[in-house]
Amino acid sequence: MSEIKTFQPDPQYLVQVRGLKEYFPINTGFIQTTMLKAVDDVSFDIKKGETLGLVGESGCGKTTVGRTMLHLYKPTAGEIWFAGKKIEKGPVMNEFRKKAQLVFQDPYSSLNPRMTVGDIIAEPIDVHKLCASKKERSERIQSLLTMVGLSSEQATRYAHEFSGGQRQRIGIARALASNPEFIVCDEPVSALDVSIQAQVLNMLEDLQSQLGLTYLFIAHDLSVVKHISDRIAVMYLGRMVELASSNELHHHPLHPYTISLLSAVPAPDPDKAKQQKRIVLKGDIPSPLHAPSGCPFHTRCSRCTEICKQVTPEFLEVAPQHFVACHNL
Amino acid sequence: MQHLLEVKDLQTTFFTASGEVKAVGSVSFNLDKGKVLGIVGESGSGKSVTAYSILQILTHPGRIVGGSVKLNGKELVGIPEDEMRKVRGNQISIIFQDPMTSLNPVFTIGNQLMEAIILHTNRTHEQAKERAIEMLQLVGINEPEKRIHQYAYELSGGMRQRVMIAMALACEPDILIADEPTTALDVTIQAQILELMSDLQKKLGMAIIMITHDLGVIANMCDEVVVMYAGRICERGTAPEIFYNPRHEYTRGLLRSIPNIDNDDKARLIPIAGTPVDLLNLPKGCPFAPRCERAMKVCLYEFPSEYWVAKDHIASCWVNVLENIGTPLEALGGQDAAKGIVTEGEEAAQ
Repeated sequence: MSEIKTFQPDPQYLVQVRGLKEYFPINTGFIQTTMLKAVDDVSFDIKKGETLGLVGESGCGKTTVGRTMLHLYKPTAGEIWFAGKKIEKGPVMNEFRKKAQLVFQDPYSSLNPRMTVGDIIAEPIDVHKLCASKKERSERIQSLLTMVGLSSEQATRYAHEFSGGQRQRIGIARALASNPEFIVCDEPVSALDVSIQAQVLNMLEDLQSQLGLTYLFIAHDLSVVKHISDRIAVMYLGRMVELASSNELHHHPLHPYTISLLSAVPAPDPDKAKQQKRIVLKGDIPSPLHAPSGCPFHTRCSRCTEICKQVTPEFLEVAPQHFVACHNL
Repeated sequence: MQHLLEVKDLQTTFFTASGEVKAVGSVSFNLDKGKVLGIVGESGSGKSVTAYSILQILTHPGRIVGGSVKLNGKELVGIPEDEMRKVRGNQISIIFQDPMTSLNPVFTIGNQLMEAIILHTNRTHEQAKERAIEMLQLVGINEPEKRIHQYAYELSGGMRQRVMIAMALACEPDILIADEPTTALDVTIQAQILELMSDLQKKLGMAIIMITHDLGVIANMCDEVVVMYAGRICERGTAPEIFYNPRHEYTRGLLRSIPNIDNDDKARLIPIAGTPVDLLNLPKGCPFAPRCERAMKVCLYEFPSEYWVAKDHIASCWVNVLENIGTPLEALGGQDAAKGIVTEGEEAAQ
């Protein structure tokens, strides 16, 4: 804890997260509640203009990290530093709300069916009172629509008139409306077809270079994350198990979970698929309500030893910019 | 040679209030014993409807409007419902995408497994229970004696999909249709289920029709591949042919647009332009023509017939005809007639 108290923000990083925890109380009996540790002691930094990929299986807490970082959930513990300022209630928070935005996974349920596309996109503008006049507001809507590859006359239409890919573009336009610096993309392409997925990924990359955006890219598809990210973090049961540059992680994965996760991705190539050595993990992810003691992965790990069952491994830098939490490297 | 399953010119239409939706335009393929056939396509391409049409489990207002499905040489389209019921489960089984919604939440899984066994065989209740336990063991569920008394909600997604597979295989079908069996599952669980399916396939010698949008799953599992777009088959052939020698612009585009995990230089993806077709207003010619880079005039008004472009590889694309690749599958008028259409189209374009 002493480290947190003396924490000094590093100017090369836009976002710094220290010791983030998010526990949800769950009613497990008549008066009994258990804490579901969705995110347990996660620390990482994101450089300005970079894309950090966050991967993991369902229930590992990757979405909760994204939402807690944006203070959509109040963190149970831990600090979030944005552009050198600690995020807390007050004017800092108001500014942070403008500068950090979110793109949701499901383009069908994240757009209000009763609002026109123009109103949906302008919502951040209205909330933060960013446009002085109606004319300015409609001009802003038009420019946002063209930015994401839609035509400006589509502003008066409703969300149901658009296809999945177009809706995701609307969601991205809404996230861009308040001129953010940082966007959390929570599985932005997993609901889309392969051919449309590539369009949206290219657009996200273009917008990043045009507007100098920083992304936290949450996804479960490893090839998509590898493609778009500069660095990748792997999560398992609420903890970060490995963090490295995307090429490093792909070629030299160190944590046994990362190794099996990468080997489980089916290669879209019949010859490679034949040679591929799959390390098939036994069993399922344990419930986060009854997380195993020690290292959360020890129940499925091939390298498990006695210490893994008792002591939670620390998240350490084992090679330059390569962090792993494992006792048996 | 007689094929195990022969689908010929199958057509399925949904007669909706807003018009006729030709979900399956015209689909033909064959499946041999012990083979794995993959059907790949995007949402709305008609791959699931093809499977449902084979089993005749289409929901209203969908109807098979033409074509034939032959199982071991026996026609299935048009036979009475009670005969079809004997085919389902016994000879052809299906597992669905979402294991959560395809299991009944108010019955134990043992109950549901035994229901299928008792319906299709003349086993007694006790024998069916034994068989259910045996099946659960086969699909790698530990403590099956305890599990048969559990409900679907007590099992994880991967476990539920195993139960679905056990149920589908309980009567030893000749064909297993797997409709996106791993789409709802995580990668590590997907690897488990795929491994289980290929093990069982080798052990029991059944044929599998694997429906998926994931080209990785196709490359890992399938001997033959059918690529569908807007209810039509673009091309079909052996897996290496489709992956290494695609002969349809849609397949090429699809293969180009997926990010390659082994690629380190972060090359830009090459997406397929445009949006998927509206099945209510299908274009007259090739449905992919509006999004195709190499579309010619002929593509807009005539659907290309099937061409043998290599051994075990059939494609429907006018580009092949233009480049003089392959011979027409139906020698009606032959290649010359097709060539004539192309030249005509080009002239019109100029």
